[in-house]
Amino acid sequence: MSWTVVLVLAFGAFALKVFGFVIIGDRKFPPQVEAVIALIPAALLCALIMKDTFTAGHDLQIDARAVGLVVAVFGVWRKVPIWLVIVLACVATGITRAIS
Amino acid sequence: MDAHNEHAHEGVNYDGIVGPAVALGFAVFIFAISFGVLCVNAGGSVPKAMAMSLLVFTGASQFSAVSVIAAGGTAASAVVGALLLGSRNAIYGVAVAPWLPGSVKYRVAAAQFTIDETTGMTLVQNSPERKRRAFWVTAASIYGFWNVGTLIGALVGNSFDTQKYGLDVAFPAAFVAMVAPLLSTRKAQLAGIGGAVVCLATTPFLPIGAPIVISAVVALIALVPAQRKSRHS
Repeated sequence: MSWTVVLVLAFGAFALKVFGFVIIGDRKFPPQVEAVIALIPAALLCALIMKDTFTAGHDLQIDARAVGLVVAVFGVWRKVPIWLVIVLACVATGITRAIS
Repeated sequence: MDAHNEHAHEGVNYDGIVGPAVALGFAVFIFAISFGVLCVNAGGSVPKAMAMSLLVFTGASQFSAVSVIAAGGTAASAVVGALLLGSRNAIYGVAVAPWLPGSVKYRVAAAQFTIDETTGMTLVQNSPERKRRAFWVTAASIYGFWNVGTLIGALVGNSFDTQKYGLDVAFPAAFVAMVAPLLSTRKAQLAGIGGAVVCLATTPFLPIGAPIVISAVVALIALVPAQRKSRHS
């Protein structure tokens, strides 16, 4: 994690916010653009979940992290408080690693 | 919520603003601690983690960048993926701008705080004055909790063996919590499934981190015409 990454990200994230808020402002994005941008988080977050659970480098693998993911999905589905979801998921994976 | 409030007081009315703003802040606090821990363990440092939270200030993007770097991805894919995730803040800016009129300086400052939570809290209020107030109260709550949480996480982060305690799973667990409220429409569900499939299918042969960026193309299904139906809930 270099300072370059941190600062480019800071600048880019701020530029996006200012672009919508100040530059576009009263005008509107074309509805198609808005619809596509609105779907990006769902696609990217699900991709990140897969990467962080089922990949190691270029390999696909199922390991103790999958147990944590199942716990997290169950917890979110049952509306368990977020802090507890994260703690339980980590503990579940930690225990699975310890006994395997 | 739509019913007109009696205009009983000219004075400040924070009812229904401060409570939810603090509750959101607390939820964010937990994400922030996790972020601090994961950031220092991905080769960050306390100053870098704090610079991220103070300057970038958009949680999902910060997590995404650190997740890609932690997996050995390139800086470029970490940044592009995070910024794609942050593009929704531009839409939020358009949505809240009418309620936050002011000088250019004021609007540029407000833009920095235009994220999921502040936008949500602003748009559900029923008067211009309450919208403006909700925006700033939520901004203060989230910015405070987010940065204090990051600092705590970053300070204690190095003392954890992240593998041993399963802390690496804080990444996907946090992403699950973030994505769940988004999956309320059929298209969002399809985008989620599509993003997951694209990521797994391209992981073996694309540079690390690139599958995250590529998965964003799935959002183009928004352009597929659907039967006309009110999206408002």
